[in-house]
Amino acid sequence: MPERLDIAKTYKLFINGAFPRSESGRTMPVELGGSVAHVSRASRKDLRDAVEAARAALSKWSSATAYNRGQVLYRMAEMMEGKKRELAEAIGETTKRARDKATKASTKGARPRGNRGAGGGVAEVEAAIDRLVCFAGWADKYAQVLGCNNPVAGPYYNFTVPEPTGVVGVIAPNDSPLLGLVSLAAPALCAGNCVVALASEANPIPGAILGEVAATSDVPAGALNLLTGMHEELIPQFASHREIGAIHAAGLTPEHERRVREGVADNLKRVALHPRADFDGDRWRGPWIIEPLVEMKTIWHPSGA
Amino acid sequence: MPDPLVESPPTLPGEPVRRPVTPTPVLRFGSAWDYAPAPESVKVAIAERYGHFIGGRFVEPKGASVGSRESKEARIRDGARRGGGPRHFATVNPATEAVLSEVAQGSDADVDAAVRAAREALPKWAALPGVERAKYIFRIARRIQERARELAVLETMDGGKPIRESRDVDVPLAAAQFFYYAGWADKLAFAFPGARAPRPVGVCGQIIPWNFPLLMAAWKLAPALACGNTCVLKPAETTPLTALRLAEILREIDLPPGVVNIVTGDGRTGAAIAAHPGIDKIAFTGSTEVGKKIAMAVAGRESPPRLTLELGGKSPNIIFEDASIDQAVEGIIAGIYFNQGHVCCAGSRLFVQESVLDEVIAKLRVRLATLRVGDPLDKNTDVGAINSRAQLGTIERYLAAGEKEGAELHRVNGHPLPAKGYWCRPCFFTGVQPSHVVAREEIFGPVLAVMSFRTPEEAITRANNTPYGLAAGVWTDKGSKIFEIARHLKAGVVWLNTYNRFDPASPFGGFKESGFGREGGMQGLRAYVNL
Repeated sequence: MPERLDIAKTYKLFINGAFPRSESGRTMPVELGGSVAHVSRASRKDLRDAVEAARAALSKWSSATAYNRGQVLYRMAEMMEGKKRELAEAIGETTKRARDKATKASTKGARPRGNRGAGGGVAEVEAAIDRLVCFAGWADKYAQVLGCNNPVAGPYYNFTVPEPTGVVGVIAPNDSPLLGLVSLAAPALCAGNCVVALASEANPIPGAILGEVAATSDVPAGALNLLTGMHEELIPQFASHREIGAIHAAGLTPEHERRVREGVADNLKRVALHPRADFDGDRWRGPWIIEPLVEMKTIWHPSGA
Repeated sequence: MPDPLVESPPTLPGEPVRRPVTPTPVLRFGSAWDYAPAPESVKVAIAERYGHFIGGRFVEPKGASVGSRESKEARIRDGARRGGGPRHFATVNPATEAVLSEVAQGSDADVDAAVRAAREALPKWAALPGVERAKYIFRIARRIQERARELAVLETMDGGKPIRESRDVDVPLAAAQFFYYAGWADKLAFAFPGARAPRPVGVCGQIIPWNFPLLMAAWKLAPALACGNTCVLKPAETTPLTALRLAEILREIDLPPGVVNIVTGDGRTGAAIAAHPGIDKIAFTGSTEVGKKIAMAVAGRESPPRLTLELGGKSPNIIFEDASIDQAVEGIIAGIYFNQGHVCCAGSRLFVQESVLDEVIAKLRVRLATLRVGDPLDKNTDVGAINSRAQLGTIERYLAAGEKEGAELHRVNGHPLPAKGYWCRPCFFTGVQPSHVVAREEIFGPVLAVMSFRTPEEAITRANNTPYGLAAGVWTDKGSKIFEIARHLKAGVVWLNTYNRFDPASPFGGFKESGFGREGGMQGLRAYVNL
């Protein structure tokens, strides 16, 4: 019997700035540090609630100044730095199993880096923090790179600006529970989209902790929502939800890719699917990761007296 | 606190002050000022029959099942039968209902042959130095300019649009599209900051509509070619002739065989392109319904092709009380009656601020009555023929539905119409509720739904209350207001104090269910490269 009993954390969903349990009351067991943690298992209703919260937050988050959005993302990086140990432990303990499982399940894409143990957990947290800092900086720059002025043949002032698509559904890969999640969500957030993210199924705990990071980082309620649950159950719901404007995902199984693509036929959602990736390399830090998640608006006005 | 010294007139809450309408002067000249007919004099040679353009030459269509075993006698019999045998169908002039020519009905085998030709041409075309590709595309632009009159007449004959529009809009813009993208071919590395050298996507299947036949072919082909792709293009069933004339131009300028292949046919041919596994990218312009079907069809494929869709719209045109009303009325006309309203970005929902509603309607009625409807080949014609009998039927069903739901139909245009052909006089509805079918669905004809609003917030909410998001118009002389409204409108193209302007350098494409991807401008390259 230990001298002092540790307090085990109950990992909950993060919806509209609060931490509800799944309305279904379901949880799923996840091994953590030799014991078993229980993580909320989100239902379709939880997804709908999260999308509703994201929609409601859209006007506030998308009309915040780009400078402000950048500062909020930077604040997330600061808060994540403070939770580095907790995150690293959550990654290190459970990710090897997830990676093994993913390697078996997936037949295409880059082979991920092997087990990095607790040290690997630290490396992934640091990479995720750096990714947040990167997109904090992009918030007030991407429009300058992706947008432009157009020299039309006539007396018109004409320019093209990127605008957020709306609610972006993010589906985190199993084998990169924190860096993958952050790499998919941060480009959407920096452009003013609101995000409903589904955490890695094999290791949802880093995703659940990311909610705690967001809750203490001035992210407006509803701008980032995090669900933990079964991919098989929730991915078709992401695909068919008419209020989700885009899906950003990596490392999906071929079957889940097909389900997501079929969702295009529901409301012509934008779909950006990446093959299994290690989230390293310039492309994950560049503006072309943001581009599928924005809409180009072109504005004409006559010029003349 | 109200100032007790100032007496303000009593107003009912929520009751806006309507600006009094000064009667718009109507000049009545009787028939004294009728324009003399001014028909276009250019005569265009049209072959009796066209095949597909595959591998750099015109080829006879391959029947789906009969194949080459069909006897010579049978072929002659088919050829003699106007209206087409199984492998050909007629294309008619919608203004006269005369058969212009017969074009091939593309079968799976034809599409397959075109895809093979495109695949074979791909490595060499993609490997050409950008500047060499550019020179071919510049040549296309030049040749379109040189043959502009002929193309404009052909476009008008096949599609029914006024010669003034095909001459001044469609053909010049098509040439400009090739000229603009030609210049990108050797500059792709500079178009995508931070990306490694962009690579072509591969073989592109491109399916285009009947409202701007040559221009849409240019919109699709020019960026694809500049980026090093090869193409299989399918023009619309009712308007294939200018695309086939473009094929002649491609041969004249010695474009390498197979780089562009043109297969004619109806929706079945389009479906064959969408289903062909040898195609790496599909670009479709047309209805949202078909766009969704294509998305569904490719979703389950092993390696799905890239997809861009430019689909329907029900675009709002918003007139504020502080707009220049006379200019706005011209903008309404340009927004909805341009090209008989066969425009995906047509300003088909008009929102007028309540205080100027009566004034705008009065002026609109006067202006509408002056539009000259009729012979598209007459240079004075404003509104030409409806593209096809089927489309005329669709428009007439919407007119009936609008009246049935209680909206008031204003048919003030009384211009005499030719005896034959498909005609619909421009018109508009007032008393339209947002739930009415004429306020929700794309009619694709010269039919406007007029509604009113009180506050800018209401205008924005109602304008965005549609699954579509292609275009929008805003009219006000207040600078800060116009940009604020533009920011809130969910539309890919926003015209401020203007409407229906197009330019190759200006990206075009929709939000929401109006599709995805942009055509035109630097952003128009993105769909045709892998980064």
